[in-house]
Amino acid sequence: MGIGTYLALASVLFGIGASGFLVRRNMLIQLMSIELMLNSVNVLLLAFNRAYPGNHDGQLFAFFVIAVAAAELVIGLSILIAYYRIKKTLDTDDATLLKY
Amino acid sequence: MTIPGATMFVVTAIFAIAGGLITIWSTRPLRAAIGLLIHIVSLSGMFLTLNAHLMAVLQLLVYAGAVVVLFVFVIMLIGPAAEVGPIEGRLASRTLSIAMVVAVVLALSTSVAYFDAPWVEVPDGFGTVQGLGMAIYQQAAVPFEIISITLLVAIIGAIAVARSRTE
Repeated sequence: MGIGTYLALASVLFGIGASGFLVRRNMLIQLMSIELMLNSVNVLLLAFNRAYPGNHDGQLFAFFVIAVAAAELVIGLSILIAYYRIKKTLDTDDATLLKY
Repeated sequence: MTIPGATMFVVTAIFAIAGGLITIWSTRPLRAAIGLLIHIVSLSGMFLTLNAHLMAVLQLLVYAGAVVVLFVFVIMLIGPAAEVGPIEGRLASRTLSIAMVVAVVLALSTSVAYFDAPWVEVPDGFGTVQGLGMAIYQQAAVPFEIISITLLVAIIGAIAVARSRTE
């Protein structure tokens, strides 16, 4: 049970988030998948910082990742609501206004 | 790592993976939000095994307290339309995307699983409120203040994007 286990787990969680983002068409679920990916990166940063605990750089980065993820989520959800006003659905396959 | 830490890691890892799978598999967005909540709470427990106490608390406060509540609020606001019908068509591209993600994850996780750094003893105050707080205010005071501006811009941007047009 070393740091490698944490790294493997973080890559598995990132894969879950990435496949959810690629496969699902629901914009809400896609935003949640982005959160899953950002969280897996946090696991990675904290595990490396635990392995080299001379300073707090990894935890600092994880702190800023959480803050930026919160800002990103706020903007994403407001875009989602604006999109819902136009299309009356959350299906990303219908988001074709810029396609033609 | 001590045995209680290892047990904690295994339990939280299982719950984190299960929560992530619930999030991406469920057709109903509310269940997906609950899966995200399970994922976040178990990751917060995992942060405790990594001596990151303040980050565990922040994870609970920001993610479970704000992010999941925001998701549930938006689901409530949108109502039945938040549910999108079953996936149809383009089976090949979806299968290909899943296969590529699985291949990348397998390659990555099998290669990094053997990376081994010895768990050295953590110095006093590592990851506590005092330790991380001193690190934030000594090394990253300016980025910490810029974060507040970022959040302010995000709030204003959210209002500007999401408000209803009244022309």
